[in-house]
Amino acid sequence: MTQKVKVAITVNGTLYEREVEPRLLLSDFIRHDLGLKGTHVGCEHGLCGACTVLIDGQTARSCTLFTVMVDGSDIKTVESLGTMEEMHPIQEAFSEVHALQCGFCTPGFLMTTVEFLEGNPNPTAKEAREAIDGNFCRCTGYENIVEAVQLAAKKMAAH
Amino acid sequence: MKPAPFDYYAPTSVEEALDKLTELGYSGKVLAGGQSLIPAMNFRMARPTALVDLNKVKELSYIKPTADGGLAIGTMTRDSVVEDDILVNERFPILVNTIKHIAHKQIRNRGTFGGAIAHADPAAQLPAAILLLDANLKVLSKSGERWVKATDFFIGPFMTVLEPEEMLAEVVLPPMAPRTGASYQQVSRQKGGYAQAAVISTVTLDGSDRVKEARVALFSVGESALLASKPNQVLAGQVPTAEAIEEVAAYVAKNECDPGTDIHGTEEYRRNLVHVLVRRALIDAVQQAKK
Repeated sequence: MTQKVKVAITVNGTLYEREVEPRLLLSDFIRHDLGLKGTHVGCEHGLCGACTVLIDGQTARSCTLFTVMVDGSDIKTVESLGTMEEMHPIQEAFSEVHALQCGFCTPGFLMTTVEFLEGNPNPTAKEAREAIDGNFCRCTGYENIVEAVQLAAKKMAAH
Repeated sequence: MKPAPFDYYAPTSVEEALDKLTELGYSGKVLAGGQSLIPAMNFRMARPTALVDLNKVKELSYIKPTADGGLAIGTMTRDSVVEDDILVNERFPILVNTIKHIAHKQIRNRGTFGGAIAHADPAAQLPAAILLLDANLKVLSKSGERWVKATDFFIGPFMTVLEPEEMLAEVVLPPMAPRTGASYQQVSRQKGGYAQAAVISTVTLDGSDRVKEARVALFSVGESALLASKPNQVLAGQVPTAEAIEEVAAYVAKNECDPGTDIHGTEEYRRNLVHVLVRRALIDAVQQAKK
């Protein structure tokens, strides 16, 4: 019989109590069980960073965690940032300087930027570049992403 | 789902975890941060029968100063916590510099200090770092505790002296001697990627700038992390001249590593990297020691 484990996980402010298989990856829990498709799954072995979410305020790759490991945690996905009508300053910045092409990697970059700017509200281009070294953009649009991270910092300081 | 099914246990205390590991024997495996194990399970290269998850064992996560000026680090302490810790930055800046080279922030937020050591990846930073720093490892089982020197802990690729019913509980780093400099050197295709060759060194100088001790650890160039013996044999008691360092670097590259050939580089190329990196690491460590 397949083992199921009870978990209570808060995602974007909503508490979800579910029974899950121990092998269920957090990325699959978020996308399939909760239907939050904003978190993208690229490589599924911890290289590309597309599935990055915040767990208790810290970035992590949701494809290299079992859901059961984060029982009791507070998780934020890209859906927590803003809406089409009212974007988060980081989303506005990415939009304004064309920091996305196909957009597949963007949710991971956005969540990485959230954590980074909390610790460094006024980054240099070099620091911004280093901050995104764990995220791959296969369109190779890095120049604009670095620019967007710095623009986002300015927007957030003005808020 | 990508990983194969497994039985899952989430103990909340060390005692409970050790009971479970004893009960499971060879079919049990410890799950720490999962940043190496879960990718391997996603590929089904690893298919453990049962996992004992230590993420709820809060008593295994700590950094404590020891009376002699060293540190004791609990096995479940996240890499990013060690990296940002004030005491670690004060007492072991080389450890902070080393951890910054582990993958990326997202991985370091989840990966654990003890997990990387118990996993014993020959291309990983922390096994080499604890060889370099001459750490002592506290190993627990239901029948009690034993202490293992880092130099006795690794026995091959992904292999350690840990028995199935045992867990690595704590890593104790003895204090760095005064006038010790350290250096981290690696060559990798990209930042955060696996090194093709990497070297970490410490050099301790006496009052007249002669070497008291020189330590050189290597990784990604053998079946496990390695501690070279030639550097101290040649340099101890000597003024670390460029010629002496060159002799050591050439010897280590030829005789004290065992790199393989793969698509990222040949054995010959990697030996050349070791030669260059040992030289750089020792020159830099000597300079740091003089500061």
